[in-house]
Amino acid sequence: MLEQGNIHLPEGSIEKQTTTLNLGPTHPATHGVFQNILEMDGERIIKAESTVGYIHRAFEKLAERRPLNQITTLTDRLNYCSAPLNNMGWHLTCEKLLGVKTPKRVDYLRVIIMELSRISDHLICNSIVGVDTGAYTGFLYVMQYRELVYEIYEEVCGSRLTTNMGRIGGFERNFSDVAFQKIEKFLAEFPGVWKEFENLFNRNRIFIERTVGTGAISAERALNYGFTGPNLRAAGVDYDVRVHSPYSSYEDFDFIIPVGTTGDNNDRFQVRNEEIWQSLSIIRQAYQKVQAFKGTEADVYHADAPEYYLPAKADVYTKMEALIYHFKIVMGETEIPSGEVYQSIEGGNGELGFYLISDGGRTPYRLHFRRPCFIYYQAYSEIVKDTMLSDAIVTLSSLNLIAGEMDA
Amino acid sequence: MSLTHDTIKETLAAQFGDKILGWEESYGMLSFTIQPDHNLKALTFLNDDPAMGFQFLTDLTAVHYPDRKGEEIAVVYHLHNLRENVRLRMKLYVPIEKPDVYTATGLFSGANWMERETYDFFGVNFVGHPDLRRVLNVDEMDYFPLRKEFPLEDQTRIDKDDEMFGR
Repeated sequence: MLEQGNIHLPEGSIEKQTTTLNLGPTHPATHGVFQNILEMDGERIIKAESTVGYIHRAFEKLAERRPLNQITTLTDRLNYCSAPLNNMGWHLTCEKLLGVKTPKRVDYLRVIIMELSRISDHLICNSIVGVDTGAYTGFLYVMQYRELVYEIYEEVCGSRLTTNMGRIGGFERNFSDVAFQKIEKFLAEFPGVWKEFENLFNRNRIFIERTVGTGAISAERALNYGFTGPNLRAAGVDYDVRVHSPYSSYEDFDFIIPVGTTGDNNDRFQVRNEEIWQSLSIIRQAYQKVQAFKGTEADVYHADAPEYYLPAKADVYTKMEALIYHFKIVMGETEIPSGEVYQSIEGGNGELGFYLISDGGRTPYRLHFRRPCFIYYQAYSEIVKDTMLSDAIVTLSSLNLIAGEMDA
Repeated sequence: MSLTHDTIKETLAAQFGDKILGWEESYGMLSFTIQPDHNLKALTFLNDDPAMGFQFLTDLTAVHYPDRKGEEIAVVYHLHNLRENVRLRMKLYVPIEKPDVYTATGLFSGANWMERETYDFFGVNFVGHPDLRRVLNVDEMDYFPLRKEFPLEDQTRIDKDDEMFGR
């Protein structure tokens, strides 16, 4: 047996030893495919390096060969927790380039859908923060209300996750009575459940101690890093695209922008919670506005843009113009005016921008997505430096990183 | 809102004069082209000048125009003045043989990955970038895929007649 005295280690070597830890690419805590190489001193992170691009699908290149209506399916797969938001953002970009003016009813219907998807996005993020701090129940409990949101999508467009919802100029069909009933059901049932969810966390000592003061970023650093959305607002900057550059008639609605103060995990959680309440209020207002349309106005669900909006099937069989437009749209033969347009919307994670350049051909000459996730994820190494590993996990989920959006 | 497009034009013209190669206004956003070696000077001026205050870098990307000889690669910056809520687009054109552009990472920490992405897809060499590596594509890749010389579809396919359905 070896005697303790026989082992001669250099002075201070154990203190100096660090461990390299791979957090990802397929780690349950990353909730997506990306890697963080952490240099650990015990449980403390000395250095973090992020690697992304594992699910890069070359959307920008693909978009250069696709007519506008086929690009909608690509935008679904950016932030797949709130696909309709991306769809609407893309339609708004096209409408801006093509000069299509949407009727008010379409705007309000879009607002309903966009706010529903914002709720489902924040709902996932906040309940995942719960999961990562050890509270699984909340996640499972609110999941049934995401299901209800998905049922509304299903009623409106036929699909659930990657929705491909709407068209340039409006929706593919009018909202059915069932869709409105489901929206009413959601508005009636969800607030009580969300209140319960909030109480579960805000009165939970473990959760508060895990989130307050961890993963903080100052407003100045956040702006310098190009943060937008809830993560920027948690740091105390009241920048919201819906208010600063209103689109889809957001100027008709009354809502407040919640802001935090310290930009830590708890502030991000609280800002998202409050945004859910604001979204609910916006949906209620929009629902009332939609219900106020009577007679023929209540049947309006798309703009009058025959060159870009697919005609009704019955018309295709009976009318010459409709047949021509049908053919041109389906075959992607419609030439789009040349121009350069930047349109952004308030996505689930922040400013989702579309930079579209057209040279007058049938497809975009160049399309660039400003993906909020990709831009704010670079701050992660700075945020988690000198923190504990367990805090880094919570920070990761409270930043709401969606790999699909990051890698495009 | 006090910061109008005219004010921005006048201030920038006074500061940079003939270094600004052109103005454009498309869909409500003011856009200007500047000499490629003056990009950092312009960004710093727009950032520091109290009247301008373009302190938020919204987006950074590039576009490839193979037909523009000597200035094939356009680097595009989208800046935002959050106080006045004014957006501004800055462009510069560099030759594809020597796509050198000064990095903006000193001004905006967020420019780091945006520049890496632009390098990754267009090969723009951001001079002074602390860590100019590929970010989305594999490290072994030896070309820049978003350049126009790489067609999306397999060129050996004969079942698609571009004459009729070409895009």
